[in-house]
Amino acid sequence: MQVSQTYRLQFAVLFVALLAAFLMNLGMGSVSIPLDQIISVFIGNGASKETWRYIIFDYRLPKALTAMLAGGGLAVSGLLMQTLFRNPLAGPFVLGLSSGASLGVAILILGASAFGGFFGTLLLSQWSLVIASALGSFLVLLAVLAVTFRIKDTMAILIIGLMFGSVTTAVVSVLSYFSNAEQLQQYIFWSFGSLGNQSWQGVLILTICFLAGLALSFFSSKSLNALLLGENYAKSMGLHLKRTTFIIILATSILAGSITAFVGPIAFVGLAVPHLVRQFFKTSNHFVLLPAVLLCGSLLLLICDTVAQLPFSEFTLPINAITSLVGAPVVIWLLVRKRKIFF
Amino acid sequence: MALEEKHSILQTRNLAVGYSKKGDNLIIADRINFSIKKGELVGLVGANGIGKSTLLRTLTGMQAALKGDVFLNGKNISDYSAFQLATRLSVVLTEAPASKNLSVLELVSLGRQPYTNWMGSLSEADKKAIQAALEATEIATLANRKCFELSDGQMQRVAIARALAQDTPLIILDEPTTHLDIYHRAYILKLLKKLASETQKTILFSTHEIDLAIQLTDKILVMAKNETYFDDPCKLIEAGRFDTLFPKETIDFDGKTGRFKIKS
Repeated sequence: MQVSQTYRLQFAVLFVALLAAFLMNLGMGSVSIPLDQIISVFIGNGASKETWRYIIFDYRLPKALTAMLAGGGLAVSGLLMQTLFRNPLAGPFVLGLSSGASLGVAILILGASAFGGFFGTLLLSQWSLVIASALGSFLVLLAVLAVTFRIKDTMAILIIGLMFGSVTTAVVSVLSYFSNAEQLQQYIFWSFGSLGNQSWQGVLILTICFLAGLALSFFSSKSLNALLLGENYAKSMGLHLKRTTFIIILATSILAGSITAFVGPIAFVGLAVPHLVRQFFKTSNHFVLLPAVLLCGSLLLLICDTVAQLPFSEFTLPINAITSLVGAPVVIWLLVRKRKIFF
Repeated sequence: MALEEKHSILQTRNLAVGYSKKGDNLIIADRINFSIKKGELVGLVGANGIGKSTLLRTLTGMQAALKGDVFLNGKNISDYSAFQLATRLSVVLTEAPASKNLSVLELVSLGRQPYTNWMGSLSEADKKAIQAALEATEIATLANRKCFELSDGQMQRVAIARALAQDTPLIILDEPTTHLDIYHRAYILKLLKKLASETQKTILFSTHEIDLAIQLTDKILVMAKNETYFDDPCKLIEAGRFDTLFPKETIDFDGKTGRFKIKS
């Protein structure tokens, strides 16, 4: 696609903002660390307090990286779904991925008492949550892909994804009904989402999944541009529709599935960021949109995480609530001001 | 027959089109035989629901034929891959593009997709083809406008420009004049005429503008209830093929003027 203009300024602004938000995120929290000390730690000179170095490397850096990966990944998968289904309301979870993850985690937490004793405790380690969530997403993914192979109509895939979501939600409700208060609380805490407490191993695995999903997305950019004209036009230009649909759904599942496994079901970012970016970039070209959405998603989740830490206080708010609290007014303000949705 | 096949770009043999449901074939139109030669402008006319769009979808390979064959350059259309087909046949559909947030230039340059690499980056030849398509449809001045800012007439020219940028010997258009005022209807059909005669492209379009089609086209394909006729417009008039298209008590064809008249 011939680009009508270059977007150097917008990308430069995004990069600078992302860097600023990254440093701010590292510096702020229950203990605030000055900027010069953060830089000093990074270039290996150590900080004036040893605990600061520890806080940055073992806690805040993995958290900031997780926030960037999760924000960027969710935003990109939201963009993929919106283009594939040509529906501005689509997001990374329209195919029921987060519901699948919830089901996996619900079975683990709410069903743990059934296994009882030592085995039950083993099941509830940090990794078991990740694995249960990933398995849940993966099962839903398999179901959706099986449907994709049988059905020609993309809209039918969308509806079926929603149906899978409803079924898993219903199963979670039934499980909740038979659980005790403590288990319910644990499940609800998971559903709030959490960027913190990531081990470096976790960040590494998340990065690998993220890069795989992102590579698939970038390789699909040309096909995504063709889909902007509609399926029939795209096919007439030589697009292999089934293969393209498969790759796009696979990329979304890898991105959204792995992110949900590590940080829980974070809403809103995937739906809203593509709209924010379209307002500022005023293009539908995926070779521009995709990197912009990636940067903007990372930026938004970093900012939200900084807010959620409630700087200078002991409290941390659930990230899932903050994304919507911060993000929704921005989107509403933009739409009211521009009076037009670009899609 | 062999000689005729050589010259013809698009040919059908005992073609039946329609839908297949659980093995049951619902045939909409049957025994369609025609042969379109290089550089011809051909109109496809017929009443609503007679199967014009179904026929066009079958001819473009979007839908399988129920019986018979479609040949493109002498080779059965089902033997082409989607990618091969994209460099031989381009389409203008009735549906609007899913995203109207594209600029005219972006939309037209999408037509180059069969020729570009995975990055979709445009070579000098690609840019030249895009520029030529913009100029042929007289929309070069609109290049940086967004599609949602355009009128229906302008949008139709953009859609044709995209097909031109795809640079295929055959272009098939489904009702390119629907929703347009009388000036734009004439403009679009004259444009197609010019493209066919100047660039030797073969153009097939379906239309309800039977009187305009009679004046402009080289051949007309008439889809009537049980039969399909393919010939020069004048010969079709002589044979009275347009007389039976519609119920006579409402509208009547006048062979002398080549127009339909409402019966009072």
